[in-house]
Amino acid sequence: MSENGKDFDPVLVGFLCNWCSYRAADLAGMSRLGYPPNLRDIRIMCTGRMDPAWVLHALRNGADGVLILGCHPGECHYVEGNYKAIRRINLLKRTLKQLGVEDERVQLHWASASEGVQFAEIVQRATDQVRALGPLNWKRNLQDSSDLAAAAGAHLAHEGA
Amino acid sequence: MPEEKVGVYICHCGHNIAGAVDVEAVAEWAKGLPNVTVSRDYKFMCSSLGQELIEEDIKEQGLTRVVVASCSPHMHERTFRTACERAGLNPYLFEMANIREHASWVHPDNVQAATDKAKALVSGAVHRVVYNKPLDAMEVPVEPTTLVVGGGIAGIQAALEIADAGYPVVLVEREPSIGGHMAQLDKTFPTLDCSACILTPKMFDVAMHPNITLLTYSEVEKVEGYVGNFEVTIRKKARKINEADCTGCGTCWEKCPKKVVDEVYESGLGYRTAIYRPFPQAVPKYPVIDVETCTYYQTGKCRVCEKFCPTGAINFDQEDELITYKIGNVILATGYDQFDPRRIPEYGYGRLANVFTSLEFERMVNASGPTDGQMVLRDGVTVPKSVAIVHCVGSRDRRYNQYCSAVCCMYSLKFAHLVKERVGGEVYNFYMDIRTSAKGYEEFYHRLLEEGVHFVRGRVSKITGAARQPGEEGKLIVQCEDTLIGKQRRIPVDMVVLSAGMEPRHDAAEVGHLFGISCSVDGFFIERHPKLDPVATMTDGIYIAGVCQGPKDIPASVAQGAGAAARVLSVIGKGSVRLEPVRATIDEANCSGCRICNTMCPYSAIDYIEDLKVSRVNPALCKGCGTCVAACPSQVITGAHFTYEQITAQIDGVLFDVLHQPVAEPV
Repeated sequence: MSENGKDFDPVLVGFLCNWCSYRAADLAGMSRLGYPPNLRDIRIMCTGRMDPAWVLHALRNGADGVLILGCHPGECHYVEGNYKAIRRINLLKRTLKQLGVEDERVQLHWASASEGVQFAEIVQRATDQVRALGPLNWKRNLQDSSDLAAAAGAHLAHEGA
Repeated sequence: MPEEKVGVYICHCGHNIAGAVDVEAVAEWAKGLPNVTVSRDYKFMCSSLGQELIEEDIKEQGLTRVVVASCSPHMHERTFRTACERAGLNPYLFEMANIREHASWVHPDNVQAATDKAKALVSGAVHRVVYNKPLDAMEVPVEPTTLVVGGGIAGIQAALEIADAGYPVVLVEREPSIGGHMAQLDKTFPTLDCSACILTPKMFDVAMHPNITLLTYSEVEKVEGYVGNFEVTIRKKARKINEADCTGCGTCWEKCPKKVVDEVYESGLGYRTAIYRPFPQAVPKYPVIDVETCTYYQTGKCRVCEKFCPTGAINFDQEDELITYKIGNVILATGYDQFDPRRIPEYGYGRLANVFTSLEFERMVNASGPTDGQMVLRDGVTVPKSVAIVHCVGSRDRRYNQYCSAVCCMYSLKFAHLVKERVGGEVYNFYMDIRTSAKGYEEFYHRLLEEGVHFVRGRVSKITGAARQPGEEGKLIVQCEDTLIGKQRRIPVDMVVLSAGMEPRHDAAEVGHLFGISCSVDGFFIERHPKLDPVATMTDGIYIAGVCQGPKDIPASVAQGAGAAARVLSVIGKGSVRLEPVRATIDEANCSGCRICNTMCPYSAIDYIEDLKVSRVNPALCKGCGTCVAACPSQVITGAHFTYEQITAQIDGVLFDVLHQPVAEPV
């Protein structure tokens, strides 16, 4: 993989809820909708299970972006797990912003089981956005401030527990 | 990383996966992944030979973990788990990588990219599976009672099948009578037997059946629990009639002075009274007072029905009743709404008097309908000499519904026959394609061709009352391009019937949410598998039948009703169900008792144990969403089969090619 920005091919990790967005991805497949091959997806039962530490883990270990996909608000299979995800992911994004991670690198979207087309569009758009940002460079971002590096260390320590 | 013996199996799925993913290369490459003992590729892993391959390897090579890379787990996870179990391996020590729906089918033109993605997904599964823990499915007893929602023909069939097998059924219908749309129809295609004649005996059977509890004028309000053990609350709306006293004599609705348009049963073509029984053969026979239109409820005066009721059955003070049932399985047969042709302004429905919908026409030709079966124009006396029947109204039209409603061609042919038979006028069928693909249907079409019905191929562009040519005055002019002769035609007729399509119920999404199932893009309920499991849904214990699953005719609805009943009976017969052991547990030794998880749980499944100052999950209530797991600040809640370690390992796995050293080592 070249990282000179020109032919940079980003790696995205996706967390898909079992009931809506994983099936949206299945439907995209069944409908033979093409979308960029950059997303590597992981199935979780609900976006309410989404541990913010997994986002950090993915970004730390080479992902250039993370997509979290769940049921539309009001349609969660477990009543309100996606609302919990909204709050947690937004909080995480504020933290990431302070660490110099661009907003588009972590995205939370909704795709219902019937929205194969929308799923493909979300992946396409997110891939394009992260491609435009270039590779995630933790080192450069963190060297800007030693305080921030310490903060990141604390976060990552939590994850290592 | 734990040491295990992992078997990896890459499926070709014929050409489905192998066409875009270099499966041999993936299998060869997977041999180099940590813990992998065996890695193979095979034409069809789901075939019995494919499954035997896994079973033999488990036994002979002593595999402790299995990864199959093939289709979606929603398709075959159960198949491979069962195969593992047969070979003595706990089914939860199996992991699936979806390289068909998520790789080969979406990147068909890029073998390199599809293969790389398949490698990443396989690597994710291999890394994860070594952290998988053996789990035991919890076996719970099944309540024998089945809830059937919707008393149309599909729901009636389902209820009767289960009740006849000796198990209790609760049948809930929103309207005052069961029967559904079929009760509105006059004749049924292609045999032309009378709809009521074949339906009413079944309705009567439902009413009389000792195993069926019939709740009409009722709606499901709340659904709790899980397969085998639902608790369902039903609102039995106040009929304002004491059913025990009512004999169904009919004096009340004969005397009722308030007439209102019957939008439901008569499809707006006729009237009913404020206290009414929807139709003579209604089941149950008791009337209902419509409080929205009843003079007494609007003005405080009248009570005529009460005065004349010979048994004193009228009860103006009756309140809604909430009834709770313990239910094992649910069959949704909620039917459809007819497409409202007002949405197509150029067809003039609602503006041009003699444009009718198909359901209005059904009521008109029905002997017990508002016109006593007379085929007349809106003035109530004039017999039409020419009738146009417009197919595909609201169907096969990108502006409204893209799908074919499946029944309109056949009922349009039936209408044409009835016009010919009853009034003998000219009939024009405006069609795009004639779709008559079931037993006896094509023969019916040929019969109509011989009866001298005109068929004009083309979509009608406009229906207007504005005459332009001699002979058009006072007529409705149907304008259309006849695509067989390549000409614009204007055909003046007396009456137009719009063959309106089927749409999902306006509240299908809410009903779906109530029962935890989803709707497709069209709005109909999604089945578990479109071909092999059309009556089950992704939610265990919830089945669907009839048009709520997609447009279909009476025989297909009956077949689905019976099919759903068979599925339910097999669960009841077995007596118990195995629940997914995906649920949360709390390590009480390390729980700080902060109670954050208690407030997170949408099912109130977490109790705080006051004496021990810790929280505890009730496994029967937990549905395994994992919201509490992510919330626990001490990280002492484990979400079985989706643990922190499992998902973290899977992240490492999918990032196998880019994994680099962290900038800050954990302290």
